Amino acid sequence: MKIDKNTINKIARLSRIKLDDKESEDYIKDLNSILDWVEQLNEVNTENVEPLSNISSSILPKREDVSNDTNSSEEILENAPDKLEGFFAVPKVVE
Amino acid sequence: MSKSSLKQTLKDLDTKKISIRELNQDYLKRIKENENLNVFIHFSEDNVLKQIDSLEKDNSAKKLKGIPIAIKDLFCTKNMPTTAASKILENFNPTYESFVTQKLLDEGSIFVGKTNLDEFAMGSATNTSFFGNTINPLSKDDEPLAPGGSSGGSAAAVAADLCLGATGTDTGGSIRQPASFCGVVGIKPTYGLCSRWGIAAFASSLDQAGIFSHNVEDASILLQSIAGFDQRDSTSAKVDIPNYFENLDDDLNGKTVGIPKEYSIDGTPKEISQIWEDAIKVLEKKGVKIKNISLPHTKYALPTYYIIAPAEASSNLARYDGVKYGFRSDEIDSLDEMYENTRAQGFGREVKRRILIGTYVLSAGYYDAYYLKAQKVRKLIANDFNKAFKECDFIVTPTAPSAAFPLNEKQNDPIKMYLNDVFTVPASLAGLPGISIPFGKDKNNLPLGIQILGKHFDEQQVFNAALSLERSYE
Repeated sequence: MKIDKNTINKIARLSRIKLDDKESEDYIKDLNSILDWVEQLNEVNTENVEPLSNISSSILPKREDVSNDTNSSEEILENAPDKLEGFFAVPKVVE
Repeated sequence: MSKSSLKQTLKDLDTKKISIRELNQDYLKRIKENENLNVFIHFSEDNVLKQIDSLEKDNSAKKLKGIPIAIKDLFCTKNMPTTAASKILENFNPTYESFVTQKLLDEGSIFVGKTNLDEFAMGSATNTSFFGNTINPLSKDDEPLAPGGSSGGSAAAVAADLCLGATGTDTGGSIRQPASFCGVVGIKPTYGLCSRWGIAAFASSLDQAGIFSHNVEDASILLQSIAGFDQRDSTSAKVDIPNYFENLDDDLNGKTVGIPKEYSIDGTPKEISQIWEDAIKVLEKKGVKIKNISLPHTKYALPTYYIIAPAEASSNLARYDGVKYGFRSDEIDSLDEMYENTRAQGFGREVKRRILIGTYVLSAGYYDAYYLKAQKVRKLIANDFNKAFKECDFIVTPTAPSAAFPLNEKQNDPIKMYLNDVFTVPASLAGLPGISIPFGKDKNNLPLGIQILGKHFDEQQVFNAALSLERSYE
């Protein structure tokens, strides 16, 4: 078994997702079965194969490096769950 | 009632046989009659009426002026909220318009509403949405069927004739599979043909916008409208966009179709093998040369996809933290608590599952074994297609391994659900254009789909082959 209680807690922590005990157990089961299934990729010989990260066959053009100020902070802040004097507000991080 | 096509409607509007207002009133009526299907996450009659008002004052000629279009709720729209079918984006009002929807607005189309989908496009049945299931319009009363997914709302909107076309996105089959389930046409173009700018990201190396429509001609008109280069998407392609519709040609004489032997999979229902054979016979009669090809790494496409897509999703969805927009939990004693509770309460089960798996395969010590390995196998899958396309002009396969299944079936076993994408995922990994068209029925009279794949940026060939098959079937 690749994923145990400790591993799922570690991944959940890295993902910033709180899991309760029931969820942890379910995900341990799910993730192990998915990881067992993807294991079949080890049958494939990938020696000297370049990993593929961009599939596009067209040449990706560069753009000119010019700044473009849309100054829409007020509009953007309208979506914020909490805001204060033109800034996003979050719980206090320093005592 | 026979559904009118986009092509015919454009003529009727042009000759003043019908007005923009009359046309859209007709669609509004049907939308309201079909509320039980739960096709739309956002629908506002007032909003549609406002759009009609402003178009009536607009004297300029526009290609899609007055045409009712449904938009998958993964595209950011300025005049309607955008949720990605997630609680975490509840009440999110984008400050900008996506590239694809802006193009449609520029051409004068009317957005009838934002359609339901699997949460963040992760699913194959439109059953992971925070806003409930969408029901396939082809369901019988006693058994509601799934519309497929993730773009199930858009496919259902076209099937129920609630619009003349709809946008979708396809990461591993999310346009083609629901098109097949709902008996409509769905095209996913080449990766890079349509800008991803303004589409809530799922797996960036795979995500691609596309179109649902009643028929192939309509799809060719609409795809041309949403394609194009955009510097705000770094993988947007700078290629010439042909006039697909003008160039349509159903004469396939002398062309070669590739039939990949690896797509004959044990356990595929007989009816699906049958329509595949029927399609091949039709093509043969039309003078198409049949070529048996091999795509040897096909069986590894699904496991490759289910490493790459969750890995990219775990990174893309890191932005939903309850700070800048969307949902924030009430339990926020510290910043970390705020993040963890917001994401725990804001994401649904399938999305969390994929974030967790993606985080695992990217984590220190496992990256090479999973993510890098999957990227290498992806290269081999792409090479298979490159080689095959040296011997054929297009490839024909079934779209999905089944017809529409009952709602709520297949929910407990994730791998069983993932198998829905068995025929669509390989082309997604290779970035190829693919279309699904209705072709034949199963024993319950439900539609089945045939998939046509083409070379990179050869959407024209895909449309031509699709048109030819469509005309032979009708």
